[in-house]
Amino acid sequence: MTGTAALTMAGRSLRISRRSPDALIAALMLPVMLMLIFVYFFGGAIDTGTAYVTYVVPGAMLLCAGFGAASTAVSVADDMKNGIVDRLRSLDVGGVPVLAGHVTASVVRNLVSTTLVLAVALAIGFRPRASAPAYLAAAGLLVAYITAISWLAATLGLLAKSPEAAGGFTFLMMFLPYPSSAFVPIDTMPSWLHGFAGHQPLTPVIESLRALLLDRPAGNAPWTALAWCAAITALAVTLAGVLFRRRTR
Amino acid sequence: MTPRALGIHATGLTKSYGDLRVLDGLDLSVPRGSVLALLGPNGAGKTTTVRVLTTLTAPDSGTARVAGHDITGARALVRERISLTGQFAALDDLQTGAETLRMTGRLTGLSAREARARAGELLDRFGLSEAADRLTKTYSGGMRRRLDLAASLVGKPAVLFLDEPTTGLDPRSRAELWDLVRELRADGTTVLLTTQYLEEADRLADRVTVLDSGRVTAEGTPAELKARVAGHRLDLTLTSRDAYEALTARAVHHDPGALTLGLPTDGTAAHVRALLDELDPDRTGVERFTLRTATLDDVFLALTGAPR
Repeated sequence: MTGTAALTMAGRSLRISRRSPDALIAALMLPVMLMLIFVYFFGGAIDTGTAYVTYVVPGAMLLCAGFGAASTAVSVADDMKNGIVDRLRSLDVGGVPVLAGHVTASVVRNLVSTTLVLAVALAIGFRPRASAPAYLAAAGLLVAYITAISWLAATLGLLAKSPEAAGGFTFLMMFLPYPSSAFVPIDTMPSWLHGFAGHQPLTPVIESLRALLLDRPAGNAPWTALAWCAAITALAVTLAGVLFRRRTR
Repeated sequence: MTPRALGIHATGLTKSYGDLRVLDGLDLSVPRGSVLALLGPNGAGKTTTVRVLTTLTAPDSGTARVAGHDITGARALVRERISLTGQFAALDDLQTGAETLRMTGRLTGLSAREARARAGELLDRFGLSEAADRLTKTYSGGMRRRLDLAASLVGKPAVLFLDEPTTGLDPRSRAELWDLVRELRADGTTVLLTTQYLEEADRLADRVTVLDSGRVTAEGTPAELKARVAGHRLDLTLTSRDAYEALTARAVHHDPGALTLGLPTDGTAAHVRALLDELDPDRTGVERFTLRTATLDDVFLALTGAPR
């Protein structure tokens, strides 16, 4: 029953996002544009030891996920504001299925936009050299990451007092890729940033994707990345359950 | 009446938000298959009553059984048997009418096929078949309310809560919605509706409960209440301050500047004549009078006995 409810809610969210073309286009175009800006405007000045496009693609994919998740926070806040949540609750649909619907739709949306980023990257010279299992591992890690930040976004959507505030909260998520190894190597940053940039959750995700896609040794990074994703998801789901009950009392 | 025969039975419900006491020991009983109107001004506690009875808000104290189940002990069972249509249509602008009803059907546990059939049935019944595949943002206010009500009926509820169902509707849409509520009642559904309109309570309800400051201030059939409220107001302009002070306690409307008091009456010549004779036996106190139709404010004042 809970599964059906979550799937039904996911269908709803997907239908609604398919019908908001402006939001969809923004979510698809922004990450691609940012990737192009980094590759063509800044890339020439950044020395990463490889072609910059090769370096930046994993970061661009995560940036993309950040944008996608932001719209999840806004839709959750929207649902909380109008009467829809009351209707759902009087149908005995709990908080977790309602949010799981948003999160599932967010994962699907993000996979579409990530594929687009990847396609554009291939067109401008990104040449992955991964084996089939490595591709699968990279895709799995990406899904885990998108799931984690979508849950985080859904939770922020519950915390926010209004959809506008929810949009503001997600700013943080969109900036998190910058102080990481997404766009520039960490050792080029000021030393006081090394600690944060090296250990924040995005860095192992990016390092793993880079290693998997380019057939390089990944070390522990994929496990660290998965642990972060699992921890963020667990925390956000728990918090979302509590907040949902509190917000709708 | 035995509790079993009651669709809704509440005793001593209280609810406070901070220092504000919204429900102050509310008692209600609604027999199965009947319509109760909760009448009251804004802030009387109508919406809170609905939220408590639909399990969306927990009461601070008191108990209630809805459709035979306890609202705190058996919340899930209550939710299975009820549905709620709120003050604002809870619809997604970017879904069609048919999608809205199918989604609701799936959430109430119908299979995809059953949900489709039920959606078709309700769209038909609510006159929305032609608009079934249009996005609800293109619907008129009346259509949105009808779709919202249809969505709340997908699960065939035993008890239906309607929170100000016709606020903001044009007269024709309002009449259509009234017809639908009467049909539901004829099918045996228990209905609790809140309204600010005396006329709506009069047309739809078997019994009316008047709520003020979270308490029941009057209860009865529409005819009984109307008899108490009278329906008209006799405005008396008095000749002196003394005459004004002498009658002020009986009035429901006060205008000391103009030395005018308003009193409830049924508007018949016999009652007006009797009232004038009674209030002003020596025919010196009243300078002139006007008869006007009672406003909703007069109704509340007459029933609550205090200016709000």
